[in-house]
Order: sequence, then C-alpha cells, then structure tokens
Amino acid sequence: MAKVEQWYYSDKVKEHFFKPKNFLAKDPGEGEFDAYGEAGNFACGDIMKMWLKIEPETKRIKDLKWQTWGCATAIASTSIFSEMVTEKEGMTLEEALKITPADIAKRLGGIPSRKFHCSVLADQAFKNAVDNYYKKLIK
Amino acid sequence: MSSIIIYMIKRIYMDHAATTYLDPRVKKAMDNFWLAKFGNPSSLYKEGREAKEAVEKARKEIAGLINAKPEGIIFTSGGTESDNLAIFGVARNFVSLKTDNKGNLTETKISGSPHIITTKFEHHAVLNPCKFLEKRGFDVTYLDVGKEGIVKPEDVKKALRKNTVLVSIMYANNEIGTVQPIPEISKIIRNFRNAKHEARNSKVSDFGFRISDLREKTPFFHVDACQAAGYLDLNVEKLGVDLMTINGSKIYGPKGIGLLYAKKGIKLEPLMAGGEQERKIRPGTENVPGIIGLASALRISQKEKNKEKKRLVALRDYFIKRLTAEIPKSFLNGHPKIRLPNNINVSILGTEGESIVLYLDELGVACSTGSACTSESLEPSHVIMALGKPHEYSHGSVRFTLGRRNTKKDIDYVMKILPGVVERLRKISATWQK
Repeated sequence: MAKVEQWYYSDKVKEHFFKPKNFLAKDPGEGEFDAYGEAGNFACGDIMKMWLKIEPETKRIKDLKWQTWGCATAIASTSIFSEMVTEKEGMTLEEALKITPADIAKRLGGIPSRKFHCSVLADQAFKNAVDNYYKKLIK
Repeated sequence: MSSIIIYMIKRIYMDHAATTYLDPRVKKAMDNFWLAKFGNPSSLYKEGREAKEAVEKARKEIAGLINAKPEGIIFTSGGTESDNLAIFGVARNFVSLKTDNKGNLTETKISGSPHIITTKFEHHAVLNPCKFLEKRGFDVTYLDVGKEGIVKPEDVKKALRKNTVLVSIMYANNEIGTVQPIPEISKIIRNFRNAKHEARNSKVSDFGFRISDLREKTPFFHVDACQAAGYLDLNVEKLGVDLMTINGSKIYGPKGIGLLYAKKGIKLEPLMAGGEQERKIRPGTENVPGIIGLASALRISQKEKNKEKKRLVALRDYFIKRLTAEIPKSFLNGHPKIRLPNNINVSILGTEGESIVLYLDELGVACSTGSACTSESLEPSHVIMALGKPHEYSHGSVRFTLGRRNTKKDIDYVMKILPGVVERLRKISATWQK
C-alpha cells in the first residue's frame, strides 16, 4: 500500500469504488423486490441497505441492489458482494449465506484490517434480508 | 458520470493546514547548511563556531519577530514536541509522575490534585498529554467551544482554581480555523494570578515547601500557535502568553523543526535526558538547517502576512459562498469570520468524507476530512463533535485549506467538479432523501 502510483487501497477497491455495481439509484417500487435487509455500524457511521429478488423455486438470487452511506471500502465491498452472488446464474441463498467478510476482502485484493469490521457490512445486510424473506414466507 | 474521470496534469493542493511546501527563499537560506556549514554547534573549532553563530542568529531573529528574549526560544522537533514539552515540562514541577498500584500520585508538591484547563477541540498533541496526566492524578477541565468553535473567556474564568497550574488553549483551530480570544483569556489569567499573589502576601501560607515560588506564578498560559503563525500577530507580550508553540511545516518552512517559547522564570523539566543543548531543556544536536529554515520561514510569513491574509480572505469567502449556495445541504463549520484566512470546513450531508477526498484526489485536488473512516482509531473528528453537531456532520466533513499557490481559478475548478461528486455519492447513499 501507499506507493504513489498505486492507489490508497487495492486496484479492485478502486475499480468498485469509482464504478460501483448494482447500487439502487432510486427508491424501489411496490413489490419490485422480494426481500429487504439492513445493517449499520454506529462507531463509524456506515449504514447499508439491501434489496433482493429471489427465484421462488430454486431460491437463487436473481437480483441484488444496495445503498450505503459509507466510505470507499464500504462501497467497494458491497459492490463486489453484489457481483459475487449474482454472477452466472446467481447463487442460491444457502450458498450466498456462506460468504464471509474474509471472502469479500480477499476478492477485493485485501483491505486494511482496521477497516474490516466497520466497512464490510454486505454479509450482515444480506443475512438480515434473508431472515426477513423467510419470515415473510412463514406468514 | 464517467466523464468526470478526466486526465489531470495539474495538481491543486488545498491542504495547507496539513503541511506546506517549502518557500524557495527558505530553501535557499538552508542550502549552505548541508554541505558547507555542517558543523555541530557544540564544537569548539571553526566549523562548530560557524554553526553556533548561525543558530544564535536565527534564535535572535525569531525572538525579535515574536517580541521575546532569545533565551526564551527553545528549538524542538516540531509542534507535537513543543506542546508535550509545555505540558509535561510544567506538570513535572508539581508532581513526580510515579503512581502507586491504585494509580494515585506517590508524591505531589502541592496540596490536592494539580489542575489543568484546556478545550475540547485542542490538537491531539495537547489533548493526549492532558489525558495522560489525568490518569496520573491531575484534574483536567475540557472547556466547551460553543456552536461556532470559540472559547468564551468567562468560561476560563469560571474554571480557574487555586490549584490550576496550566491553561492550554490553541490560537487557531487546525480543523475549522476558528481564532480564539487569546489576549482576553490571558488577561483573566493574569488577574487571577495577581489576586492569588496578593492573598498570599496578606496571610501566612500553609504551604511551606520549596515549590511555593513557582506555585505563586501559576497558572501558566500555553498557546499552540502552529496554525496561526502564518497569519496572525505573534507578539507574546501583546498576547500575554507564557508558553507558545510554533512549527516550521505549516508556514512554508521545513518539517521536523519547531520551537517552544517560554517566558523567563518558567521552569520546564526536560522530556529527554542527554546533552546540555537549549539551556539543558532540550538535549540533542541542534537541527541547524531546520533552525535556519524556521527563522527564514517565520520572517517571510510574518512580513507578508497582511497582504496574503487579504488575498486569502477574499478567496475563502468566495469559496464558502459558492460551495454552500451550489451544494444543497452543505453547511460551514465554525464562525464564518473569526477564522483563519485560509480555512474552509464544510459538512456535506448525505456523503462520507473519505469518499469525497478520494474522488477529488482522482480529479487532481488534495483536501482532507474529519470522517471517522479515515482515522486509525475510526473515531469521528473530535472538533466537529465539540461543536455539538450530530455525527452526520462529522461523517460528511471536508476541509479545504488554501495557500500561496492557490488562485480563484483553482476554486472555480473545485466548484466545477465537486457538485457532481456529491451528487454521485448521494445517489448511492442509504440515508440521503432523494
């Protein structure tokens, strides 16, 4: 880190920070998504919201959108998480729940350890969304 | 939006409160002291005498610039060391900092806990020594700074106690640039000291120890003038200060050099043990090129301050006016006028400061933020929090500090790109009301 020609964070963080994928630009329409979840970290002030579209039979993730009031690594980690779970035919909920913050950081080419707990919120927001999804199904 | 990622050749530096480039004239003044006049000022032979003469000449010049005696100038490694020397150097006169296993002081030379007054928004180089002393039995009062970031002199008056040994208040704040009423505060401290002195003379003291002479002179008044030195009056007699910190790297001088002014009669216990340099208060071979550079930088910045101040105030007010008008929900932090000529600190709600800094860096502009996300501790700016504003203001705070190389054109460029950056970040922000 901190070589002048390189960026402050990894190139992968840079790519996803400047060109984030799958963020929700406007408020979702009624019934547009199947589940909603959120997570936040008061210490750092980062807040994350996440919306899911799920194929009812296979439980595959068809779409994932997010918004965050966060720093560069918060934006990049959420963006790459959204890419991980929706690429190819989309992960099943069960598969996606196994993704850890370490997996996200690894795919980003590493992030500073102090940033780990506060900025990697995608897995928490996702778990919250999946919880809400099943709660809604039981009702 | 990808259109805003353009190739920038020119860099626009707007973080002069972090550090400044060297003034070419300062560099020229220093040039002689690397290869030619390299001697150790403590040496007896010619090379040593040459270096010593240069150091003493610089000391004399600096003393003249701040209306002090040359003996009152102690050269240090910078602002942090000077602040530490002022606080610990005074504190150690009153206690030995050894504590028992419960954390109580094993020896104090005055009855009751020694007391220090400072503010909630001091630089960490003052706050952390105060916190250190607090853990070792000192009482510390951290004064409020109000919504506008200015200490009220009457709050200092209310906080003064019989056992107050030191008051440390910055001349101008490093994050929001607000200027503190130093002459008013020093007058209050002086009156308090005089009253204490009279009271003591009228009755026999209960304190019979050797420290009583020093005790009588307290509280001392320390001022951190690092940010102020380039723009404000540094006359220590007019200001009425006993101790004052200045450093080189904020006034177009070199890094790694600073000074502590200490009024005659103030005994400072050294922080380090070593040789006899700087009247035995600060051991170590003098940083000769640094000292020459500091003197040169201080002379130039004091000489040119009025002209530069006028130029920068106009740029600052233009920048603030445009920014707060053109970016919705952006607010200036700190008093709009009683602030350094070069400081613009705004909170842009619904954005996070680190993201703005990284975007602007990519677009060729250097600035800084008080967002928690950029600090090692992940703590939000204690300065913005001290203004009593919600966490959101600290999270979205951005500081631009102008300097000699900045022009109106630079501000126009920032105002061309910043609204787009803010709009983009607000688009992906979970809290922004679209």
